[in-house]
Amino acid sequence: MQTNTSKHIHGWLLLMPAAILLIAFTHYPTVATIVNSLFSKGTAIRPSRFVGLANFERMLDDPIFWKVLANNGWFALGTIPTSIALAIVMALFVNRSLPGRSLVRMAYFTPTILPMIAVANIWLFFYTPDIGLVDQIASGLGFSGHNWLGDPRTVLPAIMVMTIWKEAGFFMIFYLAAMQNVPPELEEASKLEGASRWYYFRRVMFPLLMPTTLFVLINAVLNSFKLVDHLFVLTKGGPDNASNLLLYYIFETAFSYFETHFAAALTVVLLLLLAAMALLQFFVLDKRVHYR
Amino acid sequence: MNRSRSFPKVFYASLETGAAWLLALVWVSPLVYAFWAAFHPGEYAVNFNLLAPLTLENFREALAQAPFPRYALNTFILVSTILLAQLILCTLAAYAFSRYRFRGHQVAFALVLVQLMITPEILIVENYGTLARINLIDTILGIGLPYMASAFGIFLLRQAFKSTPKELEDAARLEGCGTLGVLWRVYVPLARPTYLAYGLVSISHHWNNFLWPLIVTNSVETRPLTVGLGVFGAPESGVNWSVISAATLLSVAPLLAAFLLFQRQFVQSFMTAGIK
Repeated sequence: MQTNTSKHIHGWLLLMPAAILLIAFTHYPTVATIVNSLFSKGTAIRPSRFVGLANFERMLDDPIFWKVLANNGWFALGTIPTSIALAIVMALFVNRSLPGRSLVRMAYFTPTILPMIAVANIWLFFYTPDIGLVDQIASGLGFSGHNWLGDPRTVLPAIMVMTIWKEAGFFMIFYLAAMQNVPPELEEASKLEGASRWYYFRRVMFPLLMPTTLFVLINAVLNSFKLVDHLFVLTKGGPDNASNLLLYYIFETAFSYFETHFAAALTVVLLLLLAAMALLQFFVLDKRVHYR
Repeated sequence: MNRSRSFPKVFYASLETGAAWLLALVWVSPLVYAFWAAFHPGEYAVNFNLLAPLTLENFREALAQAPFPRYALNTFILVSTILLAQLILCTLAAYAFSRYRFRGHQVAFALVLVQLMITPEILIVENYGTLARINLIDTILGIGLPYMASAFGIFLLRQAFKSTPKELEDAARLEGCGTLGVLWRVYVPLARPTYLAYGLVSISHHWNNFLWPLIVTNSVETRPLTVGLGVFGAPESGVNWSVISAATLLSVAPLLAAFLLFQRQFVQSFMTAGIK
C-alpha cells in the first residue's frame, strides 16, 4: 500500500504535464489579459503605462463595440431558436422507422463535419449578386437581383441562414441521444389513452427533453461567441460592421490595428460573458440531475 | 371500419416520410451543388444541364494555384500531433483526478474545467505573445501547443476511469504492476470507447479549426488546409467559382470520406462526448 505522501506526489506528478500547458495557455493569458486591459498602448517614445479603466471608457464610447455586441445578440437570437426547433424536428424524423433512415440522418449531420471556412466558400457563391444561385432562382421567379452580403439590412440574416444549416444537424445528435433514452412504454401508454402524437410530444416528450434543450442552448450561445471563421471569407465584418462580431472585432483590433491593450479590454468583456454562461451552466446542470 | 382508421395513419406516415426526405434533400443540396460546380466547366456553374460535360480541369487549376497536398500534409501532422499529445497528457491527468485524492485536487479540477469555457481561441492576443516569446510562431507545434492539455479530454477520461472497478486495480497491483503499469494495463484498455469518441471529436475539431492557425502561420510549410483555403478563396483573388468549389472539396475530402465510411462511429462519438 502506498503511503500518504507518495500519493500526493504521484497525483501531482501525473497532473503536472497537463497543468503546465493549461496554466501557460489558459490561466496565465486570462490574468494577463485583465492586467493588460489596464495599461496604455506603448510606443517607441512613450512606454506603456497604467491607465486604470481608460481603455474601458474608450470602449463604452466606441460605437463599433456596441454594434458588434448587438450583432452578437441578434446573431444568437436569429440562429439558436430556429436551429433547436429544426434539430428537434430532424431528431423526431429519424428516431422512428423511416425508409432510408441512415441516409436521411447522414444528410442532416454532414454540414456539421465541414469546416466553417469551406461552408462559407460554398455559400458565398449562393449570395453573390446577380450571378449567384439565390439571385438566379429569384430572377427565375421574377424577382430582381440583390446584393445579399453587401446590404447592411440583409447581411446578418444571410449569414444566419448559413449558420442554421451548419448547426441544426449537430444539435439533432443530442436530441436523438435523449429521445433514445425515453422509455417506449410512455408512447404506448399515451396511445392507449387516445392521445394524439402532438399531444404526446407536447406533454411527454418535450418536457423530458428539457435538460437536453438547456444543454444545447448554452453550448449554442457559447459557440455563437466563438465562431467567427465565416466572416473572413464572407464579409470581413462589413459592410460598415453590419456583420461584425465581438471576437472578429478583437482580432481586427489586435492584428490589423495593433491596439493590443484595447483588444485586451474587449477580450475582458468576452471573458465576462463566457463566465456568466459558465455560472448559468453550473446551475442548469444541477437541474439536469433532477430529471435523471 | 378498420380500413378507414388505417388510411389516415398511412397517409400521415407517408407525409412525414416525404417531409423528412425533402428536408434531407434541402440539407445536402449546398454540398451537392459544390460537387456539381467542381466537376463541370465554369459556364455550367449555374446552368444545371444534366448533359453538361464532366471535367477535372477545376481540380487541376486549383492544385496549380495553391499547394493543397502540402496543406493536407500540414493538417495531417497538426491533427496527429495534437491527438497524440492530448491522449498522453489527458490520460495521466484524468488518472490523477479519478484515483488520487491528492491535496488540492478539487481546486485543481475546477481550474482545469475553466478551459471548457475559455478556449484558447478566445485568448488569441496573449497566446500569440506567448508563442512569440518562445519562438514558435509559424510552426505546426505552435498551432497545436495550446490545445494539447484538453479539459474536455481530461473530463471524459476521468468519467471513464471512475467507472472502472477498483478491484481490477488492486488485482493488478498484487500482480506487481506499478502506477503506470496499472494505468496502461487496466484503465486504458477499459476506456477504449471513450478514447475512440474523444479521438474522433478531436480530429474533426482540429481539422476544421481556422482562427488560431490563421494567426500563427504565415507560410506554405505550416499552413493547414483551412487556412490555405481561406487565403485561396479570398474574393479579391479573382479565381472563378468552379475552381473555388474544387479547392473546397479538396480540403474537405479526407474528413468527408472518413465520415461517410465511419458514419456510425462519428455520430455515436459525438453523442457520447456530448452526453457526459
